[in-house]
Amino acid sequence: MPLMNPARRSLLKGVLSGAVAALVAALPRFAFGAWPEQAFRAKSVPDTLHALLGTASVITDTRGIALSVIDLAENGAVVPVTVTSTLPGVDSIILLVDKNPNAMVARFMLAPGVKPFIKTNIKMAETSRVIALVRSEGKLYSTNKKVKVTLDGCSD
Amino acid sequence: MENTIKIRATLENGITTVKLQILHPMDTGLFKDRKTGNVIPAHFIKEVKCEHNGKLVLEAAWGIAVSKNPYLSFSFQGGAAGDTVKVSWTDNKEMSGSGETKIA
Repeated sequence: MPLMNPARRSLLKGVLSGAVAALVAALPRFAFGAWPEQAFRAKSVPDTLHALLGTASVITDTRGIALSVIDLAENGAVVPVTVTSTLPGVDSIILLVDKNPNAMVARFMLAPGVKPFIKTNIKMAETSRVIALVRSEGKLYSTNKKVKVTLDGCSD
Repeated sequence: MENTIKIRATLENGITTVKLQILHPMDTGLFKDRKTGNVIPAHFIKEVKCEHNGKLVLEAAWGIAVSKNPYLSFSFQGGAAGDTVKVSWTDNKEMSGSGETKIA
């Protein structure tokens, strides 16, 4: 087997490391990504996570995340949700509702210096888990809470 | 569109808290008009950008499950009284709106 031409090899190496550098550059910590169409079209939570993050593996260590939401929502059209975190370097917060027609609700990208805190109102079609995901230093953490819904929030 | 956003930014202990509400139907496209029987087309905000003195601090991607007349609160470090906080949005019909306030 002939040895690889060293010059060609170093060129190849250069191209490869260049490609890796370009990939890293394309994934900055605070990326102003396009609206994640595939994630919003997905139905289930795993499909949504795959479309959004390329993985469905998250750390279900709930210690660093607080999800505050009522236990019983009489009107699923307006369910107040608050997410806070004590994890360092949080750059995104994602909200999902397990049993909505599409699980994806919202993604918030936070610039450095922005507190890991989001408060908003969401719709829930039926009794379901509300899931909060937080990305801290490149790792995904999640917690969830079941909310009982007495009036379908998507019919208005 | 005018007057689509109510926004307030307050400074306390070095942290600026922004509270905003956007007037928008956030129609899901999943339901029928009770009178006409026609499906009400989806009409929802997709993107929201929040800037502090022209620098992007938060960008949100929303779907149909954010409530009608969306409310959002968040906070950041480094604001000063009199700084500008601007919020702008774009929806799935390419309509947009914006509003701004001074940090108080």
